[in-house]
Amino acid sequence: MTAMPMTNGGGGREVWVTGIGLLSSLGEGLEAHWTQLGGDTQLAPSPVIEAARFAPYPVHPMVALDLNRQIPRRSDQRQMEAWQHIGVYAAGLALDDAGIKGDAALSSNTHLVVAAGSGERDTEVDERILELAKACGEGDLPANEILPSALRPTLFLAQLSNLLAGNVSIVHNVTASSRTFMGEEMAGIAAIENAVRRVASGQVAVVLAGGALNAERNDLLLNFELGSMLWSRPYRATWERSDEGGGFVPGSIGAFLVLEARDHAEARGARPHARITGVLSDRSDRTFGAAASSGSRLITRLVRPGDLAGLAVLSGASGVEPVTGDELGLLTSDALGSIRPPIRAYGTALGHGVEAHFPAGVALAALALSKGAFYPPLDAAGIECPTLAKPDRILVTGFGHWRGEGVALLEEIV
Amino acid sequence: MSATYLDAKGRPVVVVTGRGVVTALGAGRTSNWRALTAGRSGLTRISRFSCHGLKTTVAGTVDGLGVEPYSAPALCVAMATEAASEAILEAGIGTPSAFPGALFLATPPAEIEWPQRRQLYAAPSADDARGYRRLLAAARLGRLESAFPEFQFASVADRLSERFGTQGMPVSVSTACASGASAIQLGVEAIRRGDTDAALCVGTDGTVNIETLVRFSLLSALSTQNDPPEKAMKPFSKDRGGFIMAEGAGALVLESYEAARARGARILGVVKGCGEKADDYHRTRSKPDGSAIIGAIRSALADAGTDPGEIDYVNAHGTSTPENDRMEYLSLAAVLGARIATTPVSSNKSMIGHTLSAAGAIEAVFSLLSLEMGFLPPTINYDVPDPDIPLDVVANTGRDAQIRTVLSNSFGFGGQNVCLVLGAEPT
Repeated sequence: MTAMPMTNGGGGREVWVTGIGLLSSLGEGLEAHWTQLGGDTQLAPSPVIEAARFAPYPVHPMVALDLNRQIPRRSDQRQMEAWQHIGVYAAGLALDDAGIKGDAALSSNTHLVVAAGSGERDTEVDERILELAKACGEGDLPANEILPSALRPTLFLAQLSNLLAGNVSIVHNVTASSRTFMGEEMAGIAAIENAVRRVASGQVAVVLAGGALNAERNDLLLNFELGSMLWSRPYRATWERSDEGGGFVPGSIGAFLVLEARDHAEARGARPHARITGVLSDRSDRTFGAAASSGSRLITRLVRPGDLAGLAVLSGASGVEPVTGDELGLLTSDALGSIRPPIRAYGTALGHGVEAHFPAGVALAALALSKGAFYPPLDAAGIECPTLAKPDRILVTGFGHWRGEGVALLEEIV
Repeated sequence: MSATYLDAKGRPVVVVTGRGVVTALGAGRTSNWRALTAGRSGLTRISRFSCHGLKTTVAGTVDGLGVEPYSAPALCVAMATEAASEAILEAGIGTPSAFPGALFLATPPAEIEWPQRRQLYAAPSADDARGYRRLLAAARLGRLESAFPEFQFASVADRLSERFGTQGMPVSVSTACASGASAIQLGVEAIRRGDTDAALCVGTDGTVNIETLVRFSLLSALSTQNDPPEKAMKPFSKDRGGFIMAEGAGALVLESYEAARARGARILGVVKGCGEKADDYHRTRSKPDGSAIIGAIRSALADAGTDPGEIDYVNAHGTSTPENDRMEYLSLAAVLGARIATTPVSSNKSMIGHTLSAAGAIEAVFSLLSLEMGFLPPTINYDVPDPDIPLDVVANTGRDAQIRTVLSNSFGFGGQNVCLVLGAEPT
């Protein structure tokens, strides 16, 4: 929404990040990510890549999860597919981190906002049907003979976008309200923006917000490759794909945040990671230069001159061109005044999490602010410059691979 | 700001200034209202695809908008465009290509459909690969690149945003069968927060295709009472047997009362309150004690500052499934108490079918028409009352009734329940 940027000076309530649940190819939880991303050593991480299984498409595979730790009932585990396992697991980590898990009254008063794409298809059934359909040429799809016996009822529930949220409610008893946003990267931006606006305006006190992506799926790859959006060459860092036309490397990611009103967090003694001072979003038509103009307007409105000191940038760039190049041009121009903040395209290390990508960026920003250090450069090309300065503020960007621009600003809580 | 523009909680009052609707009964408020008041059903035998061998062969499809060949996103866009155009025209707000506010859209999940999969599969393949490897190879060669935008989740909202020139990032929401009500709730909240003065809230669903039909059928949610098609849904009846999938779109223009009055707009109703409560019991069933549904109704009443005794009429979720109608009755009885026996209840779905993601928006439009016209559309096919559901069902023929406050219920698979309290303009 373009109207009304929120800032902590705007009279609204302060929004704190009091819980983070993060899962990716790099590991499970905050400490694993801080270590793997070289937060302490300032050594560039080695991305975890699955190059063979979906060749020619590299993907970042999810680290092995012991589902029993966050989804204790086997019957619940069976009712979900992988993207839901990832999301419910990450949501549980965030609730644990915030000290909400197991508090029935607080869980029941916690609102849920999820960013979701399509659920998972039974690709083996699809492949059988395609072979049969090929045999019958142009005729009707023989689906009515095949589908009723081939499809599992539970898989439909894994396909409905809102059923990640449904499963989070069932497993973690978060039930105050439940909203699922869709629209690829815009889903993640809308989820965080909606949660932050509701807390800042005093509508609600605690929101669990986030998303999940299972990148290890042929049906998901097909949805994006239809538009030639995937990177189909050996893995390279996000900024280093443009001379081969660009493209994104999907990454399995689960990213959930507990966003809480400061007074509510203080009253229950919750420890904050960082404060979110604002989230803004817009949609440009992606004609030449439109994404950069849109992003520039958002950054100008969100990042005030007084916010530039100690600023660092976590870019959600996907690697898809030309938008990735447009964003890099913007971030290295005077859009951020004369300073040249350190920039990290976190998708280089995690892969692109589509709906989960913006929540993951906000999670990594809050983590760095709570640690009082920034991440080392993730690329080898020198676009990302080293810094030993402690970040006071982190700007998270989200330029969708096809549509949508969003930015969030987080601050250290001193 | 004058006090009348604020509600009892000090928030901007949110009013409706435009309404648009498309269902299997037709396009536009006039044709829909005529059919609804006459008790006419829009459910017909499915002709879009062969139903040979399927248990359910009836649906409420929207076939008159010239979407050829059919695809769910294309039909969703066409119906939503029709409904939104009608709503914006009625509101007389902005210009046809520049709506001065945000877009909140309830839309079904989008994914590549069988015709596209088959087209990719039929493309020549260098190594005669099979399965998804073949599909991906064809996609990589750009065989169907033009179809890409259509099958992005963001596509329907993006097309509407472009067409109507709405402000900011369009928001697509899914809470399954409560989505339409969620879209309205998002608009109400944005106006109350002062994020925007106006909102275009749309629900659309055009997913009557073979795969979705089979999937709902496998969940045992669909009616198999195919003959005659117009009697396939029997909400609140003892012989009800499930719902029938249907298509349609509903659109509302919402504005702050102050902004609407300032531009001299006609006020068509007030969205007094919205309430939600999620269920943590089961993926397709509600808690046996009804607490989540009861919670949603109570939270809507509390948000509206409305006493249960002020509810004059209930536009029910009324899906005609054994489970929903019983739970909806029990929950209404818990909240309305003894008044439940004399509070009229209709299920529009008896005539238009279950329009899924669009239902909450379409039924809000019909609720607002009931407020304006002083007439309650019937619940048709109510021939065998269920003694366990002693509701005052508006049975088979509509009823004249001057009402001031309507409760509109929407409950989704996955346990997402949303209720709206709609009222007449404050006097």
